[in-house]
Amino acid sequence: MKILVGYKRVVDYNVRIQVKPDGTGVVTEGVKLSANPFDDIALEEALRLREKGVAEEVVIVGIGPADLTAHLRNGLAMGANRAIHVTTAEAIQPLTAARTFLKLVEKEQPGLVILGKQAIDDDANQTGQMLAALWDRPQATFASKVEIAEGKATVTREVDAGLETIEAELPAVITTDLRLNEPRFIKLPDIMKAKSKPIEVIEFASLGVEAGGHLKTTHYAAPPKRSKGVMVNDAAELVATLKQKGLL
Amino acid sequence: MTKILVIAEHLDGKLNPSTARAVSAAAAVKPEAIDVLVLADNADAIAAEAAKIEGVTRVLTANRTENAHALAAVLAPQVAKAAAGYSHVFAPSTTFGKDLGPRVAALLGVPQVSDVMTVEGSHTFKRPVYAGNAIVTVEADPALPVVATIRTASWPAAAIGANSAPVEALGLDVALPSHTRFVELKQGKSDRPDLQSASKVVSGGRGVGSKENFEIIYKFADRIGAAVGASRAAVDAGYVPNEMQVGQTGKIIAPELYMAIGISGAIQHLTGIKDAGTIVAINKDAEAPIFEVADIGLVGDLFKIIPELESAL
Ligand SMILES: Cc1cc2nc3c(=O)[nH]c(=O)nc-3n(C[C@H](O)[C@H](O)[C@H](O)COP(=O)(O)OP(=O)(O)OC[C@H]3O[C@@H](n4cnc5c(N)ncnc54)[C@H](O)[C@@H]3O)c2cc1C
Ligand SMILES: Nc1ncnc2c1ncn2[C@@H]1O[C@H](COP(=O)(O)O)[C@@H](O)[C@H]1O
Repeated sequence: MKILVGYKRVVDYNVRIQVKPDGTGVVTEGVKLSANPFDDIALEEALRLREKGVAEEVVIVGIGPADLTAHLRNGLAMGANRAIHVTTAEAIQPLTAARTFLKLVEKEQPGLVILGKQAIDDDANQTGQMLAALWDRPQATFASKVEIAEGKATVTREVDAGLETIEAELPAVITTDLRLNEPRFIKLPDIMKAKSKPIEVIEFASLGVEAGGHLKTTHYAAPPKRSKGVMVNDAAELVATLKQKGLL
Repeated sequence: MTKILVIAEHLDGKLNPSTARAVSAAAAVKPEAIDVLVLADNADAIAAEAAKIEGVTRVLTANRTENAHALAAVLAPQVAKAAAGYSHVFAPSTTFGKDLGPRVAALLGVPQVSDVMTVEGSHTFKRPVYAGNAIVTVEADPALPVVATIRTASWPAAAIGANSAPVEALGLDVALPSHTRFVELKQGKSDRPDLQSASKVVSGGRGVGSKENFEIIYKFADRIGAAVGASRAAVDAGYVPNEMQVGQTGKIIAPELYMAIGISGAIQHLTGIKDAGTIVAINKDAEAPIFEVADIGLVGDLFKIIPELESAL
């Protein structure tokens, strides 16, 4: 079985995001970029399935600008067999990402697609569900445990009520939650090895992805600031303050 | 014509309060009609509850045995079919709505607006990105149906009781897939208030130190009638189950009172509590970032402070 993994590059989760004063976006100049944390988890899960003998090949996919190569090399150093780089200068939205993944799915015929549950830049939480719909295949979102056997995935999902387990016939789309696994660290020799692994570059325009269906983002604003609070000295003062506010 | 279809969320035969919040957001669009769709294997009791929500025009039911569990792959084709004639389809931005909404949107060939915080116009919305560190204004194409999930913490629940909307059964003739099957749901059983709708929440973090120690958080929460939440670190360490996680990847909540105990205040945690009325932080580290957002801060050891709080009540 082949596994396709979404491997998006985003602003690192430790960066304090600054909105540009003119409201046209957030500051990205000189800001650290990293793999979307959920995508590292997706890749780790795919690698473990390969190590268990469930899959033979793990292919990472990045849709983005020309300078994505170094990012994809990191995924290769982590252990992916090869990478597909769909090049586009423009940031693409989840519906377009899903349509792009569908084209790659038709080409690659994977048994499983593992994506992050959300990209921590747009926080959309859509691409996996959209791909599953367009592909007309099962989706198992927010996965915290995955078992593959007899042509199906048994997936435990983190839902608001607790932990839900579902069965999905393969091929299927799985999206990862944080507790699925802990991604491995990249070792130096692996970085060297990754240099010889193939990255297939595909021009976005050449895929014939259906156009249309975009949201227009017209403005970025900083979130409203909470006003500075007070410090109290002890438990009694805290209880008194809360009582005064009618909260206790 | 502006007509909104709101997808009801329910579990064990009961309507989830998130539905009434999605109705509030629908009302803000000022539509001609707000219809609530209940997909279930036995929708009657749920539909009767939904019919009482203020602002609801009609409640539509899709009764099918396949709808016994909320599997997005099964529900989405029905919602997509029911959506004909509506300008908007709204679902709450809970794990239910996050799972279902994008699948519906893709079937309709339209984008989704995730986590609507405010309605600026019938096709213009504000939503958070970058873990809530930026708020964007987005415009959907007026020529297409809008599919959106509603950030429940941003919307009050529409009043329940004053309305009695008519209930109509929908005959949705759609073939449903059998490739996805429900196996089980392990629910954390608790008599405490529901984390997502409670007016008071007490949360513990890694500072609480162990599953056993978490008892003092439960005990204190019970004293003040609060729901109990946790940081991701506390869940990861196995102190509490996953459904108690508050934050970017857990639950986004807006209680009147939020007490963060032994929680450092990472951005991802703060995302979940930005809309809380009053935030109280108890932490032994005076430099902890939680104090930058807390309305009331108290520096000290939680194991000493909590018993003192209890005696001061
Ligand atoms: C993509 C992503 C998503 C994430 N999503 C979430 C999320 O949804 N929710 C979430 O919470 N986190 C999330 N995190 C994790 C987040 O970054 C932090 O790691 C986490 O919130 C830390 O939890 P904590 O505050 O309990 O632990 P710590 O940061 O370890 O803080 C523990 C605190 O307890 C204090 N303390 C210790 N002992 C005592 C004592 N005896 N008395 C008083 N105080 C004491 C310490 O001073 C410290 O400030 C996410 C991370 C990533 C990368
Ligand atoms: N441009 C992209 N390149 C690679 N993967 C992507 C891209 N956009 C979305 N994805 C995948 O889809 C997941 C969910 O993204 P989103 O729907 O934007 O929150 C991500 O975690 C990735 O796995």
